[in-house]
Amino acid sequence: MSLNIELEVKNNVLCIRLSGELDHHYAEELRTKATNAIENYDIRHIVLNLEKLSFMDSSGLGVILGRYKQIKQLGGEMVICAISPSVQRLFDMSGLFKIMRLESNEAFALQRLGVA
Amino acid sequence: MHLQFSALSQNESFARVTVAAFITQLDPTMDELTELKTVVSEAVTNCIIHGYENDPNGIVYISVILEEAYIDLTIRDEGRGIMDVEEARQPLFTTKPELERSGMGFTIMENFMDEIEVQSSPDNGTEIRLRKHLIKSKMLSN
Repeated sequence: MSLNIELEVKNNVLCIRLSGELDHHYAEELRTKATNAIENYDIRHIVLNLEKLSFMDSSGLGVILGRYKQIKQLGGEMVICAISPSVQRLFDMSGLFKIMRLESNEAFALQRLGVA
Repeated sequence: MHLQFSALSQNESFARVTVAAFITQLDPTMDELTELKTVVSEAVTNCIIHGYENDPNGIVYISVILEEAYIDLTIRDEGRGIMDVEEARQPLFTTKPELERSGMGFTIMENFMDEIEVQSSPDNGTEIRLRKHLIKSKMLSN
């Protein structure tokens, strides 16, 4: 199973929707695609939608933390939404939710960032 | 069950799916299967990135032994080994922050398995032995 990365820009928010499996092999592709979009579209915030992500390991945590740092440097925020219980366990273990915000779905996440 | 394959990142998915398929005969829960797949992914990724430093000539070895009450999983490489195992096992510790490694691999393995033993020395490769008791068997023994 591979990783499918869907990107959409709404105002200054980059919506990243992942489906499939995020491991070391696909982490690099996600890093490149997200970084290019952030640089080319004047992005300020990120919404990361994990609704259809069926598997993730610590490589996924690494690439997500990397994008968090990137957007934080631009003065922005990152909101994670629609996370599954198994992926949430990894976030809890690493303490990432102490610094990132969580919403139940993409609409709420966008609302929180001021994009209706 | 023994499995060996080249140290290529595209084989990480193959490794975890194959181990999960083998373990299915013990009728594990979905959570247990996810935990085992994650652990295989962590250990194999370590072999590829750290053990062999992305040299595809390296070979990753996995063996799985199924007992009634537990699963024994051994994952081994013949790569460069770990200088300080205690340090490597600390949460968030990584030797490769530039690659955006989270340093959570060992922590996840420790959390998802019941026992872990790491044997490694510089230039002599790394072998990780992991044991996991299944919920079904835990209930029977109570």
